[in-house]
Amino acid sequence: MSDTHIDVDDNALSAEVSKLDTIPEAPDEYGTRQRVLRTPGGSALSVLRWAWYSLTSMRTALILLFLLALASVPGSILPQRGGSDPLRVSEYYATHPTLAPILDRLGLFNVFGSVWFAAIYLLLFISLAGCVLPRSRRHFKAMRQRPPAAPRNISRLPVSTSWHTDESPDDALARAHELLRSKRFRADRAASSVNAEKGHLRETGNLLFHLSLLVVLVGIAMTSVFGFTGSVLVKEHDGFTDTTIDYDSFSPGRFVNIDKLPPFSFTLNKFQATFQRGGPANGDADSFAAHVSWQPNLTAKSRDYTIEVNHPLSTQGTNVYLGGHGYAPHFIVRDGSGNTFDETVPFLPQPGTSQYNGVVKLPDAKPSQLGVTGFFLPTASKNPVTGMPTSIFPAPDNPAVVIGVFSGDLGLNNGIPQSVYTLDTSKMTRLATTTLRPGDTLTLPNGAGSVTFVGYDQWAAFNITHDPGKPVVFGAVCATVLGLVLSLAIRRRRLWVRAGRDESGRTLVEVGGLTRTDASGGFDDEFQRVVTALQAAAPPTGQESASARQA
Amino acid sequence: MAVDVGLARLSNDLIAGGIVAYSVAFLGFALDAAFGEGFDKKASATAKLAAVPAQVPALVGASAADSLPPRTTPAPVVADVAGVVAAPASSDKFKLTRRIGALAVVCTVIGWLLEGGAILSRGLSVHRLPWGNMYEFTMALTFASVTAFLVLMTRQRARFLGVFLMAPVVLALGLAVLVLYVPAAPLMPALHSYWLAIHVTAAIVASGVFIVGTAATVMFLIADRYALASAAGKPVRFTALARMMPDRDVLDRTAYRAYAFAFPIWTFAVIAGAIWAEYAWGHYWQWDPKETWAFITWVVYAGYLHARATAGWRGRKAAYIAMLGFGTILFNFFVVNIFISGLHSYAGV
Repeated sequence: MSDTHIDVDDNALSAEVSKLDTIPEAPDEYGTRQRVLRTPGGSALSVLRWAWYSLTSMRTALILLFLLALASVPGSILPQRGGSDPLRVSEYYATHPTLAPILDRLGLFNVFGSVWFAAIYLLLFISLAGCVLPRSRRHFKAMRQRPPAAPRNISRLPVSTSWHTDESPDDALARAHELLRSKRFRADRAASSVNAEKGHLRETGNLLFHLSLLVVLVGIAMTSVFGFTGSVLVKEHDGFTDTTIDYDSFSPGRFVNIDKLPPFSFTLNKFQATFQRGGPANGDADSFAAHVSWQPNLTAKSRDYTIEVNHPLSTQGTNVYLGGHGYAPHFIVRDGSGNTFDETVPFLPQPGTSQYNGVVKLPDAKPSQLGVTGFFLPTASKNPVTGMPTSIFPAPDNPAVVIGVFSGDLGLNNGIPQSVYTLDTSKMTRLATTTLRPGDTLTLPNGAGSVTFVGYDQWAAFNITHDPGKPVVFGAVCATVLGLVLSLAIRRRRLWVRAGRDESGRTLVEVGGLTRTDASGGFDDEFQRVVTALQAAAPPTGQESASARQA
Repeated sequence: MAVDVGLARLSNDLIAGGIVAYSVAFLGFALDAAFGEGFDKKASATAKLAAVPAQVPALVGASAADSLPPRTTPAPVVADVAGVVAAPASSDKFKLTRRIGALAVVCTVIGWLLEGGAILSRGLSVHRLPWGNMYEFTMALTFASVTAFLVLMTRQRARFLGVFLMAPVVLALGLAVLVLYVPAAPLMPALHSYWLAIHVTAAIVASGVFIVGTAATVMFLIADRYALASAAGKPVRFTALARMMPDRDVLDRTAYRAYAFAFPIWTFAVIAGAIWAEYAWGHYWQWDPKETWAFITWVVYAGYLHARATAGWRGRKAAYIAMLGFGTILFNFFVVNIFISGLHSYAGV
């Protein structure tokens, strides 16, 4: 193979260096554009081309990244409709009556589902794809190219050394070639030099990272289209079957066949919560466990399982997770006409307190409809300052329920849907208010009936999800981490060895190397190791050998 | 299991000792920086990509001992822990400050051991990993930063970071002990998982290394401003501060190494958090405020890495982006934990 000397002066050297760099103005060796081009020409085609080139330039990617970060900020500060507590949006409306509608119009109460957020990340992904796919092609081609020829003046490289040896140039070069190949360099033997390079894996890792991000997007899309999520509140001794009717809330993806949901079912036998007693964390939750009996389908045998916070139930691609929990007081209500109603109604936790609020509606009571609002106190006690009943501990050590009984028109027939958990008392009159312990009965005035607080059950809320894109996303993020590590840890470096007879007739061996400036430091050690190994193969002679042997 | 109060008290005593040791170390670094010989900017500049005019053939043997590439001047790119600098024979008037600098490193190690003991005893007292509330997070974060600093000093010359790293570490620990402190207690049930070890550890390690990178970035911005102003012949304030720093390329490169190391770990931390969220709550991503801010931090540091590869954005602009990234970490740690409620509110404060 003929040996081509590159005429090296400082410009050529920096050109050599810049081949490993990605900062020049013009597209780099991977074809990645740096800046947005100047204004387009006249025709529609040139405008489109300008737009595409601008979109896939590095600077645009930077801007889009920042927009993405900036756009996420209001989504974390303002209450979100799709978040864990959508009621806070209504609270925000109450406290900011003029500002809230404006924010809503801008889509700031549902940032991550809004059109403009989607626009930002879609543009970013298009830019990514438009940059990475051509770059992958070029990388694939570059991987098949041979290492470049040695510069004429190896001593001008950033790291270099040379020594004289008694070996013949051919021997020295042959050994150098062998040595470099054993160190996994791609090494080529030229007439009077060995050209080596290493570190293509860096770009491979880089491309793997970016392409995996695209796969993550695909996985997320798969979930939103083919997956479903739902939640259900189940009282103790009640059951749940995986059909759309049984869910309290259910959001299927577009292509989910809601008639063919996995036919599992379970019964909540007992819910157990334990709490810290005493010490600085008094009242903090210790463990939550939902003991269920479940079957994967109607014909299978029922088996027992305990669903806990970090321990979901998995069946047929669907997972059942334990969400919240609470109490369902059991009331027996008699109306004015002697009818009896037996109701166990879930009461919901009030954040920031230990009490649970709920409502019992009796539209069939006669002569007028009855409604009971109440708050359940697991460990009831009187607040010493205000005198109000309150709960001082989350476990049911001293349960009591404070109720208000109303009679009148529940408003269920006016055609407007009502929440199960709120009572519209605008058309009702209050009959009585009292605190009941288990077993107590409140007799209503004027023979309107009575309310007996029998006891309570617990309830547990379950989140049920089917997520077909999950393995795709998981695999892709693992690939991103791998690609990231490779692209940041590996440097591209080039190394040349030249051996030739100099004026004195002895063989002069020159070794020089080059790397990216960003991650220098490690290369010096590696260079030193190569040199040491080479010197073992082609030992230095003369004065140098004495000092070399000292080392 | 009950909390071992004796060990908890030991932890408090040890952390107090650690703060004292770090403060003394900070003082030592500051003295060394202010009155020491400074950093040989010319010598450190040879680590840059530059044409080497002359060549010393025999240096291969001589310098193999300190595992350096052959170079004209004895390059000071040497392990710094013992404080022995392979500098040219300088005058003896700097011997005292060099000793003070070495002592500062020793004090840092002592503080590191004390803080490590405090974390260990706290963990033993509550029979769990001590990363469950903001006080413990702060201890762990500062421990991670100082560990990263010490490790960095074994791989390159990094003692110059001492002043700018110890200051925030001492301040953060002071804040932790005075404001964020909560007595030792067990964890909430949602945190009973081995994912705590994986996710929170990764987040703490990455944040600690980001803090080291931020210290280098702050120094870079000062040094860069000074270099620009003196090149333009303009006067600039705090010249003494800038003169005591190494060459800005060294600072830039140190910062980059820190960020490049921490970024994959942060990526992994976010992913591990998502996997844990999947087990605990059924969804791997719910745009919870803490998740969102971890994502924002990730995007900003990704922007930093892109900026370094973009023409016109290297140097100062990239440094600003890195500072913004640190700002998001601070926001995530203080504002989101305390003021914004979500699924992640385990601040315990």
